[in-house]
Amino acid sequence: MSDLDAFREEVRTWLEENCPPEMRQPVRDEDDVCWGGRNFTFKNEAQKQWLERCVAKGYTVPAWPRAYGGAGLSPAEAKVLREEMNRISARPPLSSFGIWMLGPALLKFGTEEQKVHYLGQIARGEIRWCQGYSEPGSGSDLVSLQTFGEDKGDHWVVNGQKIWTSYANKADWIFCLVRTDKTNKYQGISFLLFDMTSPGVSTKPILLISGSSPFCETFFDNVKVPKHQIVGELNRGWDVAKYLLGHEREMISGAGNADRLNTIGAILSRQGLEDPLLRAELAMFDVDALAFTAMGEKFLDEIKVGKAHPAQPNMMKYAGTELNKRRHELVMAAGGSAALEWESAASNEGARPRTWLRTKANSIEGGTSEVMLNVISKRILDLPGA
Amino acid sequence: MPLYHNEDQAMLAETVTGFMAEEGAIKKELRRWRDQNCKDGFGHALWKQFAELGLTGMLAGEADGGMGMGHVEAGIVLTEIGRNLTPSPFLTTSVMGVTALNAASDELKGRYIPGIVAGETVLAMAIDEGAKHRPERIACKAEKSGNGFRLSGRKDFVIHGASADALIVAARTSGSDSDADGITLFAVPRDASGVSQDSVRLVDSAMASHVTFANVELSGDAVIGEVDGGRELLNRVLQAGRAGAAAEQVGVASGAFDITTEYLRTRKQFGKLIGEFQALQHRAAHLYSELEIARAAAIKAQQLLDEGSEKADLMVSVAKAKAGKVASLAVREGVQMHGGVGMTDEFDIGLYMKRDRALSEFMGDQYYHAERVAKMSGY
Repeated sequence: MSDLDAFREEVRTWLEENCPPEMRQPVRDEDDVCWGGRNFTFKNEAQKQWLERCVAKGYTVPAWPRAYGGAGLSPAEAKVLREEMNRISARPPLSSFGIWMLGPALLKFGTEEQKVHYLGQIARGEIRWCQGYSEPGSGSDLVSLQTFGEDKGDHWVVNGQKIWTSYANKADWIFCLVRTDKTNKYQGISFLLFDMTSPGVSTKPILLISGSSPFCETFFDNVKVPKHQIVGELNRGWDVAKYLLGHEREMISGAGNADRLNTIGAILSRQGLEDPLLRAELAMFDVDALAFTAMGEKFLDEIKVGKAHPAQPNMMKYAGTELNKRRHELVMAAGGSAALEWESAASNEGARPRTWLRTKANSIEGGTSEVMLNVISKRILDLPGA
Repeated sequence: MPLYHNEDQAMLAETVTGFMAEEGAIKKELRRWRDQNCKDGFGHALWKQFAELGLTGMLAGEADGGMGMGHVEAGIVLTEIGRNLTPSPFLTTSVMGVTALNAASDELKGRYIPGIVAGETVLAMAIDEGAKHRPERIACKAEKSGNGFRLSGRKDFVIHGASADALIVAARTSGSDSDADGITLFAVPRDASGVSQDSVRLVDSAMASHVTFANVELSGDAVIGEVDGGRELLNRVLQAGRAGAAAEQVGVASGAFDITTEYLRTRKQFGKLIGEFQALQHRAAHLYSELEIARAAAIKAQQLLDEGSEKADLMVSVAKAKAGKVASLAVREGVQMHGGVGMTDEFDIGLYMKRDRALSEFMGDQYYHAERVAKMSGY
């Protein structure tokens, strides 16, 4: 038996003994997700248990080094763990922007002290992070951001406003792009970390078309940020931001949901689908979705060994989000008038229409599809003037 | 297994890429044979060169003189064939034909495999009946006759039929047209009495035959695999052909994409390189994205086939459908972005469009395979 086979056996046994049955069902809605953080309320005992057991094993962030709360798994081992978890439909023990976005940036740009401190907190689910990027006047043109940090010797005083800050009202800390030099557009931004309970920070949820408010406006009014809470060099935060955006785009693309070969048509056929043209569209969608599953697997395999083009996450984000929007258009069409119900027990309080509307943000947040196509044109295709 | 080529496969890819770009180039092969109105539609000298590189027998077992390689390796060759539009009997002979022969008696193997390994023998696949790929229905009949069989019926879209040494024929030995059982595969020599061919040039300059079998007497040793139990073997041959055609279409799409993006970088209008226009940039970037996905689906299908996975059948249909959709998009965008010159014979982009059209039909188009995906998914 190869080492990898032995590892698979070990993982299988561990999952069998440690993953509670309630955690072996697909995530149905936002309520089922464990985000961790200071103020998180576990939905049930199983959710708490599952998190604690994974934390002890390093499985909330399996590929991170042990010193930072991970399990130190190799890419091949991490893939085995993912496959085995998918096999029993195990839920992720912990979801967080700390794991997906800040963590990889800290691993690359953080000091040893920052890694031990912040990565450990993320791995244990103690601190929930939010991302302060977009501003009212700086959406797709992110680099024009205006939030300013004034140098006061041992700290900055930050003033300005962010928007579309996901879960800012629930987050404990923020990683934030702040202008620290007004004379240099790209090399005048710093990547700062600070506590959301700092005096001067306030948030205001934005009501969306889906009826929920996952995004906030975030205001900074003379917020003091100590100098050691910078990641990377002063005025070089754009490098960190770009690196991190790659991970954000990867996350939004849905890559890593490989091995879940549940086709949408198979799911919808249970609803007595009898429309041949809709069925044909579902079949064409399933071809694209299954092919994209292979793409996700290939992308993750390649990124681990440095074979993927550095700008490939932009392509994944573009393709994955456009596909997801199509998926939910079909879910709505197949659901008919039943999928219109917004407030009823039968519809799980409008789960379908709310999710459908939520997916429309997929191709806007983290860089619009149009920006993704611009980046592909420039960085991958090297087209003139792009 | 990670979804990229291992070291050996990467080395093979490097060799084949160089070889095909040099020896199998459009000007050197496709245009030459087309312009000479070649009745075979491909060059035998190049087929010999394939053999010298060990490509023609790559899927045959080592005990039979082959290389014992898999579908990933075959996919590497086919992608480069596609990229260069190289006319070659590789897919029908070395991929589908050899997949069939690997299940044959030692005698049949001995009759054909050495010639394939040497680059002398060519095989054609006689499966389709009618203008669309519908192998679930097979009417072509082989009735017991003495110690052998008597074959009657008609086959269409038999690529390289006229230049093949033998046709691999899927025929019905029992049951009715749509039965799954009752299928037998035969190796029928081209010159067997009662075999007649109407060989026609196709849109992509390949030659394909309408073949008629009029009471063709076959001895029992022409049977490949089991009598009446050939459906499983036929499916294996079809999967090999579909995965292979998908890989070739990925190559066609890549070739079309490369020359089109190159054109965007060099053609000037309104005082600008046309690649500076965002309307074209976005379409090119979308195409890039689709092409990457088709590439991933193709290699996933090849790996699953090589692993003997039960998921292979689904993924092969996904790959053929996806590669079909994407290659079609690539050649249509290619001709449009080339503008007027895209309509001329002088520019290669039109040749890509023609090749893609033929490959799309080969072993089932995107609609056929999307239908299979739906059925296999339970709807």
